[in-house]
Amino acid sequence: MANWVLHSLIRGIRTERYREGDPLPSGSTPGRPQPRRMDESAASALAEYCPTGALRVQFPGIRVDFSRCIHCQRCRGHERLEWRQDATWATHLEDARKSLGGSFRRALHVRYLDAGACGGCMGEARLIDAPQYNLHRYGIFITPTPRDADILLVAGPVTEALRRPLLDAYEAMPEPKRVVAMGVCAINGGVFGKSFASCGGAAEVVPVDIVIPGCPPPPRALIEGLLLAVGRSHSAQAVEAP
Amino acid sequence: MNRFEMLQKEADTLPGVEVKHDSQGRLLFTAAPQAVAELAVWLSERAFEFATLLVEETAPGFHLVHYFFYTREGGEWITIEARVGPGVGLPTISDRVHAADWHERETEDLFGVCFTGHPFLGDFVLHDEDWPENIWPMRHDFDPRVPCPNGGLGEDWRPRRLLDEQGALELPVGPIWGDYGESGLCLLETPGEQIRLAHMRLFYKYRGIEKIAEGEPPDKALLLAERFSGNAAFAHALAFCQVLESIADVEISERSRRLRVVCAELERMRYHMTVIADLAGSTGLAVGKAMGQELEEALLRLTGAIMGHRYLFGLAVPGGLARDLPDTAIVRLRTEIPSLMLRIQRFGRWLKVSSSFLDRIEEMGALSTDDAKLYGVVGPVGRAAGREVDLRRGLPYAAYDQFPPDIMVEQEGDGYARLRVFLREIEQSARLILAVLEHLPSGAVRTDCRAVAGSALGWVEAPAGAAFHWLKLDGNGCITRWRAGTPGFRNWHAFHRAVEGASFQDFPIILASFGLSVAENDR
Repeated sequence: MANWVLHSLIRGIRTERYREGDPLPSGSTPGRPQPRRMDESAASALAEYCPTGALRVQFPGIRVDFSRCIHCQRCRGHERLEWRQDATWATHLEDARKSLGGSFRRALHVRYLDAGACGGCMGEARLIDAPQYNLHRYGIFITPTPRDADILLVAGPVTEALRRPLLDAYEAMPEPKRVVAMGVCAINGGVFGKSFASCGGAAEVVPVDIVIPGCPPPPRALIEGLLLAVGRSHSAQAVEAP
Repeated sequence: MNRFEMLQKEADTLPGVEVKHDSQGRLLFTAAPQAVAELAVWLSERAFEFATLLVEETAPGFHLVHYFFYTREGGEWITIEARVGPGVGLPTISDRVHAADWHERETEDLFGVCFTGHPFLGDFVLHDEDWPENIWPMRHDFDPRVPCPNGGLGEDWRPRRLLDEQGALELPVGPIWGDYGESGLCLLETPGEQIRLAHMRLFYKYRGIEKIAEGEPPDKALLLAERFSGNAAFAHALAFCQVLESIADVEISERSRRLRVVCAELERMRYHMTVIADLAGSTGLAVGKAMGQELEEALLRLTGAIMGHRYLFGLAVPGGLARDLPDTAIVRLRTEIPSLMLRIQRFGRWLKVSSSFLDRIEEMGALSTDDAKLYGVVGPVGRAAGREVDLRRGLPYAAYDQFPPDIMVEQEGDGYARLRVFLREIEQSARLILAVLEHLPSGAVRTDCRAVAGSALGWVEAPAGAAFHWLKLDGNGCITRWRAGTPGFRNWHAFHRAVEGASFQDFPIILASFGLSVAENDR
């Protein structure tokens, strides 16, 4: 008979201390390329590597549109480009409703909704509850029902067949409510784009307030995004110019 | 005369069948439509496994249907090809080769090729409430950029009910699930407590990757191949790259062949760990789930630190691997994997002596060996039900011919057998990784591999089982047809057999113990 209580007491607390700005444990984020000054020919050579148009030439260098970067790593290792191993990626959209403040700051209920995600986003979203991250210490909880939810966390490009379930879930949520789109697919359709089968992002169906770019965004980026929704974290830049 | 030549001679006598060899020297049976059913039965009686079915549109309304069969031992391939014109159906093979059932339903839905004698055609990939009849998106004249006509907002679909007893009801689970379930509708019919019938209605997550890849160059479609089922990304990307290498007839370097084994096995370890953590969670074993997720995160971080991406995106490329592993990474793998394995083994031992946990999974959700054979179940689920299927052994690719894994087989087919298979396969994968890293030849990891015209089949043993990818490229090296035959598609088909007869509270546990991906099924 395994004594799980004893085992967990012997193992002790496994949650990692984390403050904004601390370096992340190695391998906990894929990182992403950073904008940089360079001459135009070097910049356009670099932009050639990018299959999604995230890297663009903009005087005086290369610009990175993070809502398109899928960490395909084709530009990685290029001497002119720096990859930063960070995960503070979430941003408010321009027409977003304001952050949920007040009592939500330490009691936030999140409804995760799979709208056609590949499994990568779901894997990372599951792990925000893993001992290393421990979502509950922030007062954030995952709820199975939209009736109890303050945040709708949408992953995937929103397939046509899931358009109505997504809308139904959103409408079932009580006010005040916010929508967080996680992953490049939920922002603009990602590699699946807009087609006969997918709508091309959650914003086509419900109003989105916060986007967390990444393919998939790692657990730390998700936690940052949820903290941003309650005004406990700072917003990153959606597009960084050189 | 060997077995293969005998088969060839025997097949020559079948009516309506012409025996040839294809460009790769495999047997190719060109069959008249009416001869297909008999031929398929003839092959399955000779221990041939059904791999996948694919359709090519040769001209508007004209289709070439390929059926791929292979042997589990010896790596023999046989392809059946049949041509059908407008209004001509093929006889169904699903009543005898039941593994082809969903393949036929999908083909009918997406291409409009009819299978005569099939009892359940229609409403499969394209749901009736969203899509009018007579639209076939996989045909070349369909424009994938045109949005869905009903915009997904139709409402008149009602599930079919079969159970007709007093008090019988149908409980829908889905299409969106609580917590972290993947979207898909499961209809459970019950007279009270016991699930009598279960119908899976999937393809809510259909993204049409095989259609939107048409006309794209392979390096762009590779992004789709690794992102349609992210938790088995490397496996599918590898199969995709192997097809391209096979078309271009490129031999990759020994170092990259072996490093591909390392990546694939690292992915398998993490995939299986996810399943075990979820299985512990589904039985309410909170500490077990937390320990499982801690190990899963440790495996993801190890992968991320060494390969650059936690889910191995962007690593497999046609011609080898995108990047070499530096010596420091190899040293790190060789030191961290043994210590991780100690933790995983200890975790597994604790699970196996927790009676409250075992009570929930023993003799629960049993899939009989007969059912597993009938549905052609692949991967760990098939192996837990007594089927010795593993493409790494039967049809070795990458460096598996030099590093053959043992096939982990259990007979009971219940949740506990599946748990044991998942645990032992993690140990096996760790053993393979360490064995490969012990003798790693030096050299480049990437060979030049251009996209040229042609078609080929590639396969891998993905974490969930056998995956078959088939590609056809045109003269510009762009894709004209891609077929992704996935283990998810195969195993979801059989899932209802494990649920039927169980009671309601066991349903989430059976689901977790199967470890299936909906995204992999829906594509």
